[in-house]
Amino acid sequence: MSAIEIPKPDPGILARRDAILAGLAALVPPTSLITEEDERRAFDTDALTAYRRIPLAVVLPETTEQVSKVLTFLNQQGVKVVARGAGTSLAGGAIPSEDAVVLGVSKMNRILDVDTDNRTIRVEAGVTNLGVTGAVSHLGFFYAPDPSSQLACTIAGNIAMNSGGAHCLKYGVTTNNVLGVKIVMIDGTVLEIGGAHLDAPGYDLLGLIVGSEGQLGIVTEATLRILPLAEGARPMLMGFQSAEDAGACVAAIIASGIIPVAIEYMDRPAIKVCEAFAHAGYPLDVEALLIIEVEGSEAEIEDLIGRITKIAADFNPSGLRISQSEAESAAIWKGRKSAFGAMGRLADYICMDGTIPTGQLSAVLTGIARICDGYGLRVSNIFHAGDGNLHPLVLFNANDPDEQDKAERCGEDILKLCVDLGGCLTGEHGVGIEKRDLMTYQFNTIDLDQQMRVKSALDPQWLLNPHKVFPLQGRPV
Amino acid sequence: MTSILLPDTEAEIEAIVHEAAQSRSPLAIHGGGSRPIGGIVHAHRTLSTQQMTGITLYEPSELVLSARAGTPLALIQETLAANRQRLPFEPIDYRHLLGNHGTPTIGGMTASNSSGPRRIHSGAARDALIGIRATTGRGETIKSGGRVMKNVTGYDFVKLMAGSWGTLGVLTEVTYKLLPEVETEVTLLLSGLSAERAVAAMTAALATPFEVTGAAHLPAGDGAPSRTVLRIEGFDASVTYRTARLEGLLRPFGSFETLGLEASRVLWKSIRDVEALETPHDAAIWRISVRPSDGPEVGAKLEAALGSRLLYDWAGGLIWASAPADGDGGAAVVRAAVGAVGGHALLVRGSPTLRASVPVFQPEAPAVAEMSRRIRATFDPAGILNPGRM
Repeated sequence: MSAIEIPKPDPGILARRDAILAGLAALVPPTSLITEEDERRAFDTDALTAYRRIPLAVVLPETTEQVSKVLTFLNQQGVKVVARGAGTSLAGGAIPSEDAVVLGVSKMNRILDVDTDNRTIRVEAGVTNLGVTGAVSHLGFFYAPDPSSQLACTIAGNIAMNSGGAHCLKYGVTTNNVLGVKIVMIDGTVLEIGGAHLDAPGYDLLGLIVGSEGQLGIVTEATLRILPLAEGARPMLMGFQSAEDAGACVAAIIASGIIPVAIEYMDRPAIKVCEAFAHAGYPLDVEALLIIEVEGSEAEIEDLIGRITKIAADFNPSGLRISQSEAESAAIWKGRKSAFGAMGRLADYICMDGTIPTGQLSAVLTGIARICDGYGLRVSNIFHAGDGNLHPLVLFNANDPDEQDKAERCGEDILKLCVDLGGCLTGEHGVGIEKRDLMTYQFNTIDLDQQMRVKSALDPQWLLNPHKVFPLQGRPV
Repeated sequence: MTSILLPDTEAEIEAIVHEAAQSRSPLAIHGGGSRPIGGIVHAHRTLSTQQMTGITLYEPSELVLSARAGTPLALIQETLAANRQRLPFEPIDYRHLLGNHGTPTIGGMTASNSSGPRRIHSGAARDALIGIRATTGRGETIKSGGRVMKNVTGYDFVKLMAGSWGTLGVLTEVTYKLLPEVETEVTLLLSGLSAERAVAAMTAALATPFEVTGAAHLPAGDGAPSRTVLRIEGFDASVTYRTARLEGLLRPFGSFETLGLEASRVLWKSIRDVEALETPHDAAIWRISVRPSDGPEVGAKLEAALGSRLLYDWAGGLIWASAPADGDGGAAVVRAAVGAVGGHALLVRGSPTLRASVPVFQPEAPAVAEMSRRIRATFDPAGILNPGRM
């Protein structure tokens, strides 16, 4: 029995399924409507695979106009809509319910305009994150936010979850890199918010939409900032005999005035698994590993690596390695980026996503170990050390319902610890269904009521991705 | 005669706002009064946060600072400078341009989303803002965000509050992420370019990996030629290297003079604060945001129709323009020029009569305006916070 509740479907909607499908069939081409159960099953979950529900239907529109027509119709019918990019959400943000229509943007995947003079790109929302960079890399530009799933995940999903990644320490997360969106509201209204110019007039509606987890509208196009590629970049590895030393080293680097493009942390179990997978030369005799990447010209890279090495000397580093080639750099990042996949070959796990002030690194690692010991579960820690975004992987056996329940409770305790230490429940994955019920731990009723009032103002029937983000007991009066 | 309310605590602000909501009596919301921008607020009472002062958290090694909203910006900047850190977005000081003796506060800076030349590289105030506390028009204090760099827990009201000019809530505390102060800076200066050539040069510079953190064009005037300036910041050796590379790449645009640290700082402060347009004091001043490539065309239209004096920042994407103070203050011309290319224009300086007669903020498309109206109604159902300002 799973711990996270997905509400029972509305029998009234299920009973009207044929009429709803007929209505949808009149609005989109036959190839954009999926009704057969076998095919709908492919959309029954996202990357939080412990939870599954087969949706009422799946619509894959090809244009904003079709999205508008579909939403207008479903709003009139009172049918729930779950927006979906590539389905890589780790927080269950795109998991449907049986009485909901999944609206996927995967067919809306055209690059609309590349403008290197103004350093922007306009894309349909179903373009993948890496696809954006792919469209401009030959021109010497890239799109900065780089979630680990960037090969698959879409800009739509990145905007919904305000996705981050390893290089966000220097370049910011999605909200810092989106300039405008075309968004369809639940009543079918199409809005253009922001644009290719830098500051938007009026309220920062763009800021509100980014990270709203598909609950305020469906983004169909986005104008994104693109940045010139650095002349070069090079990662270095540093091993430490304790988490304290690694954490103190990170603080000392930042205090010195250096902002590397990435500082990634792995603990001993993670190092072992990632090295076995990527053969990147990670040191195996250490408790903690930092991957630090710097960029610039050859001379600038040398200078920064020299400065960092000197700073690190105070914290007893061992196994210091500086990448010597493109291939070695690629292997180092391959190990880090595939860490979650590599870990999955050993055991089932749930990947948590809390954040903490970086000064609390040592306290949180001690606390996580204590919590996991208490549940009799193993844990591995991989995270973005520069910005305090933790990804503890709680290992368990998914075939044992008791273990799954224990793992989920263990994960909850870890996230509560993050909040207790001054952090928050999620740094980049979103709340989804996974952390919905913990929202009352980070926010009080007044905070949450105000968020839900905004939801009600823009989606009065709560049809867009309901049962996510907020605790199920519902909206304020 | 307006009365000024000076609460010391969030609880007092809550009580004031709650009472105002009950009696449907509007409040003008002030920080230190250095940014009298926006429409005219008709309110008999002013709620000022100037007694809500103090840095509440500063962790230099975590690059994070929290302060109560009324804390003078000068105090924040002194504190950061002592630790060789800074607010990355280089907030404008409006006092000279607007001719007032107010005290810039961190809350006012946040409510106006003030950003300067470094916005093209490091983002706006909203990009560095990571947490807020604010008392809504319901008299309730909400929090959003926190003190950590990454946070996607719930809706991002942090961004919504930045640039909301006190119409969604009274900011009581804000938290920013910081950046280290740089070791040095250099400015490359090209003389005599047209606006079109200047934008081409700035665009070329920003397409390089050499991390230009300021790109502005000051048109010719008073017998002096135009100046196009590019700023490079960082560690000494890196700045030297990048300066040389940029000079080489931009040779087709002419030869450069180089300004060292002190001269560069003075120049960029004057650009940040729009000192070139300070006089005549009665001219209307517009702040126009367009795509950089559209900047020269918009600027030329304003020069031709209004005799505007101009300052181009953000590689041409931000135009500061003067306009005659009488009539509509240039509103029709400015809005038509911006409308033709997409973008927006804010009337930053204008007499109360002018600000009452033309929309100060760019009018929004009806559907967007409706979305804004609905959101505002959730935060301030009685419409008592700075009504008319936006």
